Amino acid sequence: MKKAAGPMSHIAAPVRAWAQRFAFLFLVIAAFALMLLGKADTLLVERIRAVATDAMAPILEVVSRPVDTVGDIVGEAQDLADLRADNADLRRENERLRNWQAVAQQLEAENAALRELSRLTAEPGMRFVTARVIGDPGGAFVRSVLVNAGTGDGLAKGQAAMTSDGLAGRVAEVGLRSARVLLLTDINSRVPVIVGDARDRAILAGDNTNQPKLLYLTPSSDVRPGDQVVTSGHGGVFPPGLPVGVVAQSGDLAVRVQPYVDWAHMEYVRMVDYELPGILLPATIATPRAVELPQGTQR
Amino acid sequence: MNQNVWTRFDVAARNLSPFVFTLFLVIVAMVPFKVPGLSAIIPSLGLISVYFWVIHRPDLMPAWVVFLVGLIQDLLSGGQLGVGTMVLLLVWLAIAAQRRFFSTGTFMLIWAVFVLVAAGAQVLIWSFNCLIVGALLDARPLLFQYLTTVAMYPCIAWLFVQVQRGFVR
Repeated sequence: MKKAAGPMSHIAAPVRAWAQRFAFLFLVIAAFALMLLGKADTLLVERIRAVATDAMAPILEVVSRPVDTVGDIVGEAQDLADLRADNADLRRENERLRNWQAVAQQLEAENAALRELSRLTAEPGMRFVTARVIGDPGGAFVRSVLVNAGTGDGLAKGQAAMTSDGLAGRVAEVGLRSARVLLLTDINSRVPVIVGDARDRAILAGDNTNQPKLLYLTPSSDVRPGDQVVTSGHGGVFPPGLPVGVVAQSGDLAVRVQPYVDWAHMEYVRMVDYELPGILLPATIATPRAVELPQGTQR
Repeated sequence: MNQNVWTRFDVAARNLSPFVFTLFLVIVAMVPFKVPGLSAIIPSLGLISVYFWVIHRPDLMPAWVVFLVGLIQDLLSGGQLGVGTMVLLLVWLAIAAQRRFFSTGTFMLIWAVFVLVAAGAQVLIWSFNCLIVGALLDARPLLFQYLTTVAMYPCIAWLFVQVQRGFVR
């Protein structure tokens, strides 16, 4: 800034001070307007956010790479140490899974036969889009992650996001090459679920703690710790039967669910594209759903 | 003439460095570190950075830059839009009003004031969030975040002193 020299400077200084104060007031009003906008026009804010995350995605991607690499190296060292024990465990599990495979094949055949018999409407097929977690914005009031895939990769708002363990959340905002996944634990997350063998319907509601609550359970329902929680598919956005977690505590105050997902180690998430009749091949529609679903994950 | 252009370019780049470093810290705070529970209590690096530069180089951290940093942080974090922006602006105002006090301050004094400023900022963030959501939110994560932020201040401040010596003149 060049300073006004000469006799004008004693007038210019107070004027400048006033201008600065006015500018500050303007910025505060602008911030207040942003707060109102965030509350009033969520769709517009969502679009702006998507543009912002798109712009930052490449930087985040580069910055998060080294962290991933270090994590991988530490993980590999641990794996190497546990190799023998793991091997024995895996052999045992393999044996157990072979049994399950036999059971699954039998059930699949039975399922197909029964479907044929009852002329059940075919479920739409599924397509998966896998993306890397590039951002974990954190903070005290939000539970979400940024991933490096967007509309260009076939992502759409509302799709279920899964890790290999189970449901992690849903796609809340989509940009061209990045998207925000709202986790199950976020205070704004609501997922229709089915609980236990009795198949009680409920809504899984996050409250920013690690264990979301079950809402709207019928008073007569008998939910116990250890009951499996899966998505119900009500609402049509999530496919039914995605593993979510197990009931961790049930009491008069709240029934809480321990999700299967390991929140601290989310590196990749799979988005489930459930309804895409235009893109799906006839062959995929004909295949029974049970084959593609990672159902019956044993815990 | 040519020399002049380059000098100007150089000066502009140096003057931009507080903003660039602040933005960089905002992004670093968003990297998935894969440490259990860390993301909820990750220090508010943006707040530390804004506080440091407003005290040491107020000319390079004017209110509109603070506004921009807050806006970018709010957009990326997925939190309530405008809350972080407003709080950073208020922090800027609080420090700008007491500039003389800081000009002679030692590091310990500045850190001690930061303990108070950060507390005020966290309380404001909590209040605004509660007002917008319309419910009493759990303030405990914010408390832990406050503690990590205060503890992180000396590290970042040391880093910035090096930056100040190296880049900014």
